[in-house]
Amino acid sequence: MPSQLIWLIFLLPVSSFVIVSFFIRPFVKPESRVAGYITITAISGSLALSLWALAAVMAAPHHQIVVPDISWLVVGDVTIHLGLIMDSLTAVMLVVVTIVSLMVQIYSQGYMHGDPGYHRYYAWMSLFTASMLGVVMADSLLLVFVFWEGVGLCSYLLIGFWFHKPSAANAAKKAFIVTRFGDFGFLAAILLLFAHTRTFDIAELHGLAIAGALAGTTLTWAAIGIFSGAVGKSAQFPLHVWLPDAMEGPTPVSALIHAATMVAAGVFLVARTFPLFAHSVEALTTVAIIGGVTAIFAASMGLVMTDIKRVLAYSTISQLGYMMLGLGVGGVAIGIFHLFNHAFFKALLFLGAGSVNHATGTFDMREMGGLRKFMPWTYATFLIGALSIAGIWPLSGFWSKDEILLHSQTGGPSILFYLAMITVFMTAFYMFRVIFMTFGGEYRGGGSGAHGHPHESSSVMVTPMVVLAVLAVVSGFWNVTGQFGAFMGHGETHSFVHGLFHPFTQTLPWISLILAGLGILLAYAIYSKKWLSAERIGSMFKPLYTLFIRKYWMDELYEGVLVKNALIGGFFAGLQQVDTYGVDGAVNGVANGAIAGGRAIRRAQTGQLQFYGLFIGIGILAIILCVYFFG
Amino acid sequence: MSIGLEHYLILSAILFSIGLYGALAKRNAIVILMSIEIMLNAVNIAMVAFSRYIVPLMLTGQVFAIFIMVVAAAEAAVGLAIIIAIYRSRETIDTTKIDLMKW
Repeated sequence: MPSQLIWLIFLLPVSSFVIVSFFIRPFVKPESRVAGYITITAISGSLALSLWALAAVMAAPHHQIVVPDISWLVVGDVTIHLGLIMDSLTAVMLVVVTIVSLMVQIYSQGYMHGDPGYHRYYAWMSLFTASMLGVVMADSLLLVFVFWEGVGLCSYLLIGFWFHKPSAANAAKKAFIVTRFGDFGFLAAILLLFAHTRTFDIAELHGLAIAGALAGTTLTWAAIGIFSGAVGKSAQFPLHVWLPDAMEGPTPVSALIHAATMVAAGVFLVARTFPLFAHSVEALTTVAIIGGVTAIFAASMGLVMTDIKRVLAYSTISQLGYMMLGLGVGGVAIGIFHLFNHAFFKALLFLGAGSVNHATGTFDMREMGGLRKFMPWTYATFLIGALSIAGIWPLSGFWSKDEILLHSQTGGPSILFYLAMITVFMTAFYMFRVIFMTFGGEYRGGGSGAHGHPHESSSVMVTPMVVLAVLAVVSGFWNVTGQFGAFMGHGETHSFVHGLFHPFTQTLPWISLILAGLGILLAYAIYSKKWLSAERIGSMFKPLYTLFIRKYWMDELYEGVLVKNALIGGFFAGLQQVDTYGVDGAVNGVANGAIAGGRAIRRAQTGQLQFYGLFIGIGILAIILCVYFFG
Repeated sequence: MSIGLEHYLILSAILFSIGLYGALAKRNAIVILMSIEIMLNAVNIAMVAFSRYIVPLMLTGQVFAIFIMVVAAAEAAVGLAIIIAIYRSRETIDTTKIDLMKW
């Protein structure tokens, strides 16, 4: 097949967006499922092409296909191309995005059926997927930025999908504004790189960084700027606050945001520009530290949340921290491998949470319980997802997490290794806390919207979960003998793509397995057998519990201190003073001066013709005198 | 002592000043109009005097004087018509009371 067909991967979701939003939504009743079928067809096409592209890339020398590009803008001596990169990183990401998106769209046929905004939902989901595919494929930083913002826009629209709820509208705004802080750094980095190299092309920038033409503080600042964009999108500390609130959107949107699109974009961006990071020790260490700190920081908050989606949200932040840590200490292959595995099991967990919500009408785990009997399929798939994220052999999470742990042991500050190990324990604990609270014990009645006994979701919702569960089991085996690392490693500088690793030749996997097992055991003891009382533990560690449940007061810090005092009270108030007294003062001052001058001079306009005549006479006399004396 | 150009010019200046004073100081619009006529005639005297004493072979000054008389006649006609119109609408020709064009 000709390589131009790769463009279709991106264009199919775009066309489904156009069709649904311009031809279906105005003319077809929302009860009709046609919008969903169109979207699913388009994304299935993208998936098929992505799989073909992956196979082609695997077969190609150096795992890279050259796709002819189009010259887009010519400004002076700078030509901006509209082109795409087709290497191993892009190929893997394409498959991840299209599979997860397809599963989410199929699931949404059940979950969103009957919603008045059904068509709108599918239009935006198509655009969301298309934007992410654009980010993944774009070959210049400028193009990446365009699609990057497209992803941000779609996440805003979808988080605020039920915009009539104030909490959803606020969450959407929060997500948009918080990520904007990071994007500012990203844009600054793009401009900085352009000022130094006169190019936006990613491959050229890689070449310059590898050749050493781009180095020193410029490179470090550029890399940190790019990373700040990734921090915003991937919800890393300290810009993580938007992600838990993003739960206000429909649950399938959360699944897509958390698994394949929005948050993965940040990790992908760092991986895409990795040669820039690789040549700046400071930037790489920053990535590792932020990642490691975020991992444990978010996990600690996940320990105490009672909303099932919020627990999953914090687990996402924590896992993204792992990915960043993996990138920082190990390289592209390590970080992206975790992203690859995480996409499947996290999408699965969110779809499971949505299924539970459909049955019980609530997200509060205290009102659930005992769902194992009513929802066997949801339970089984959710359990697989939880085991995978906890890193239990032989599920996918185990393989990628151990790679990250191993590399954090050898590279980066050693404290990060211990933080990552503690996070393993925490992850296992909070995931099985969810399992035991939701599926174990007796049914506790559900939310106000529940009626009678909960029942299993329809097959259109269960099937995608089963598919994802299968993927969550098998995806990790790609790297058992190191094929994934070898595949990703091509085109990288070899010092940063470490050698291949077989887990069971060392003691580390055993330690992490034991830690995860202890976490599960503790959750079992507290939430299933009630040997230990959760309340007593909570009151024993009261300050710590308060710290976690109040999310380290980060929201208060941002809203109360930063926004209300520093921004509104300080900076904006200062600007307002400048505006009131400086700008307005100048404008009004000129006007008032003219008025006062006019008021003074108008006294001379008496309306007496003879008075004017007198001045004419005096004027003539003055002219005559002037001519007489000086002429 | 024969009468020369200076004497005519001094007469012209005196008449012009009297006219100017009348035009600026009097309240009655008709008197103002008359004062303007005096000023115009002062100019005529100067014109004719210049013509007679400086270029006696040319009639430029005299011709100009005749033009000024024509203009003065037309001006008097128009001026009186305006004064009548003002009188009809405001029942006064006191210029201090005709002051609509003010702030």
